[in-house]
Amino acid sequence: MSEAAPPPEAASQALRLQAVSAHYQGQSVTKPALADVTLAVQPGERVLIAGPNGAGKSTLLRIAAGLMRPSAGGVWLHGVEPRRARQVIGYLAHATLLYDELTAQENLLFAATLYGVPEPGARVETMLRQVGLSSRADSRVDTLSRGQQQRVALARALVHRPAVLLLDEPDTGLDAAAFDLLEELVRDAESTVLLATHDLQAGARLCQRTVVLTDGRVSHHATSGPLDARDIERHVRGAAASA
Amino acid sequence: MTANRPRYLRQLRALLWKEALVESRSRETVLAAVIFALLILVIFSFAFDLRVDQAAAVAPGVLWVTFSFAGDIALGRTFARERDRRTLDVLLLAPVDRSAIYLAKLAAVVATMLLVEIVAVPASIGLFNLRVDGPRLALSLGLGTLGFAGVGTLLAAVTAHTRAREALLPLLLFPLQVPVILATVKSTAAAIQVPGGEAADAGSWLALLAGFDVLFLGLSVLLFDYAIADD
Repeated sequence: MSEAAPPPEAASQALRLQAVSAHYQGQSVTKPALADVTLAVQPGERVLIAGPNGAGKSTLLRIAAGLMRPSAGGVWLHGVEPRRARQVIGYLAHATLLYDELTAQENLLFAATLYGVPEPGARVETMLRQVGLSSRADSRVDTLSRGQQQRVALARALVHRPAVLLLDEPDTGLDAAAFDLLEELVRDAESTVLLATHDLQAGARLCQRTVVLTDGRVSHHATSGPLDARDIERHVRGAAASA
Repeated sequence: MTANRPRYLRQLRALLWKEALVESRSRETVLAAVIFALLILVIFSFAFDLRVDQAAAVAPGVLWVTFSFAGDIALGRTFARERDRRTLDVLLLAPVDRSAIYLAKLAAVVATMLLVEIVAVPASIGLFNLRVDGPRLALSLGLGTLGFAGVGTLLAAVTAHTRAREALLPLLLFPLQVPVILATVKSTAAAIQVPGGEAADAGSWLALLAGFDVLFLGLSVLLFDYAIADD
């Protein structure tokens, strides 16, 4: 995917985006989805990606996941292109990406097998217990509520113990208790996390630093200290006003 | 694939299992294709009022028009369903050799087309009053189906990314399929016995068909990674 060689420090970083730009088909070249975004995330770090609608948060996560090619720049996970690092990526989007015709257990078993998880049956049972859906293991996904589906999707994203977790508005359809569960599972996973969400308070609780995107560009980058949701909100509102 | 064959086979088995479960529970592709095929056959049988020897001449073409259109339905659904529900992302995210995804999708399309043929061939025998050489017909249909589905699955992956995929797929598919359809119709015709006529030799057509199958399947496996490429 990335034509350029990674910078030397990329090997020790969980995720490195170097001068990444992205355009969608038919989109104006002067207003790209992402423009010259550079970001380095250390192993174990949790980073909040904030910004108004259309700022480029989902595009950034899709590029980091290897689901989309950047039109310029490079992306590396532990020094390797995303396409060669699929084993270490966990991805949870606001769409659940589940097969409606399969049960919760079958969806997880399918994912566990594709990722080569040892003893997949036991791992799937554990994940279903952790997301509180053991009793619905044999239910078809299309009979579950939206929140339950999102919990199955979270279990699928974590089933192979990913080193890098990319969460694109994972709170969609989740009530407060379910989001607490998500927070707990993400903390326990000890993965590197990139979280895009509009729930800035939850994001500030979970993450250690924040990046605010505006019109595909990094407009604010808080690198140290505890995150203050009101402060992030101020930057996001400012970004939305300037967009 | 060769580096880790057991893992590749486990992944391929999981992909086949998923295809079978999804289709067996939704039945949307198989049912649509079978009903469509039967409708075409009934329309042809009413449209032509043929003597037995004339029917034998027309039947191979009628059969392959039917199978091609039914196959087009199966091909159109195979990636469109994944694309519409965004489950294609799950496949693209997983550390799976793309050829395994291709082979699982190919198997699903071939299975659907074979089910259509299992229903449509006896129906056409009844409607057109045909006498067929069963083993030769089965060989012809098998090779033809594999060739049709082989290149069709590749093109279905390409067109799944486009908005006008339902219109685009047959436009790309049918010109490419001309050699396969030609060889299949000829070898199918040789398996249908004409009263008073001599059995035709289909050996060269079957060999040609097998050659196309090998060529198209090989190319499709190699090109699939580009066809299924991301946004």
